[in-house]
Amino acid sequence: MLLPHASPIVRLTTRIAQPFLWLFGLYVLAHGHESPGGGFQAGTLLASSFILEAVSFGADAPFYSRMRAAAFRIAAAGILIYGGIGAITAFETWFLDYGALPLAWLEAPARRWWGIFGVETGVCLVVMAALVGIFDRLAEGAAR
Amino acid sequence: MTALTTALLALLVLCGAAAAISRNLFGSAMLLGTYSFVLAALWALWGGLDVAFTEAVVGAGVATIYFIALLWVTKHTVAPRPMRAQDGLLVVLAVALLAGGWWMLLGLPVWMDPLAPAQVHLSPEFLTRSLADTQTPNVVTSILADYRGFDTLMETTVIFTAAISCWLLGAGRE
Repeated sequence: MLLPHASPIVRLTTRIAQPFLWLFGLYVLAHGHESPGGGFQAGTLLASSFILEAVSFGADAPFYSRMRAAAFRIAAAGILIYGGIGAITAFETWFLDYGALPLAWLEAPARRWWGIFGVETGVCLVVMAALVGIFDRLAEGAAR
Repeated sequence: MTALTTALLALLVLCGAAAAISRNLFGSAMLLGTYSFVLAALWALWGGLDVAFTEAVVGAGVATIYFIALLWVTKHTVAPRPMRAQDGLLVVLAVALLAGGWWMLLGLPVWMDPLAPAQVHLSPEFLTRSLADTQTPNVVTSILADYRGFDTLMETTVIFTAAISCWLLGAGRE
């Protein structure tokens, strides 16, 4: 069991940095289509925000404890989102052909944008939950 | 090659060698983080921004945290150990690997050669066709998520499998 860090400076810094890490992670996820970044990097940034919280506030920190409890389900949901988008398009044309998504009211580039955004969200969830889960195992070993 | 890249490459080699030689594992972890950060700066200088970003967040960020979390479980220092007869064999093996790697390096095209096969065949093909094919402005995104969407799905599954393995390893000990 990780204990809270003794220094108030560390805890205050974490409290200030965490929302910005979330904002940056979501920006990287949403903007990865046009610029460097994407699901993998966004997931790593979000995971690092939770790990930072665990290091400063201990294993019972509010966001970290919920994340580690749900990590397995979140990772599985990420794979299902990715595979699900592939399956939806497979019924129309072929696997992961984003233009074939049943979003008829959108133009083809916008359909592809939503398809890739959905897939990147799946990758982001898997990476975030997997990294937090692995850290959770390492930290538990430390307390033993 | 500019003075900046030369200096960064020298720092890279220095960090790697120091991390391997150091007997303090905490110092090694920090040096490996620095190594990744210098490498990320080099990728960014050479225009590989996606690679630089990934190297910075994974190599310098999460990998360093994992190394330090591992040091909570074990000791910070390497115990000195007397030289054994097998160590000579290891040295020979390392030199052979280095020589083999260097020999393979000679077969690669010259750095930044505009006539390298990747520049002549692959890059123009993707750069000219990807916007019409995938209607995605970023070529890296179109390659990763569209041309190689299946590959990325399997990579994600690999990460998922790694996490499951860690969870199962931990669950068995409780």
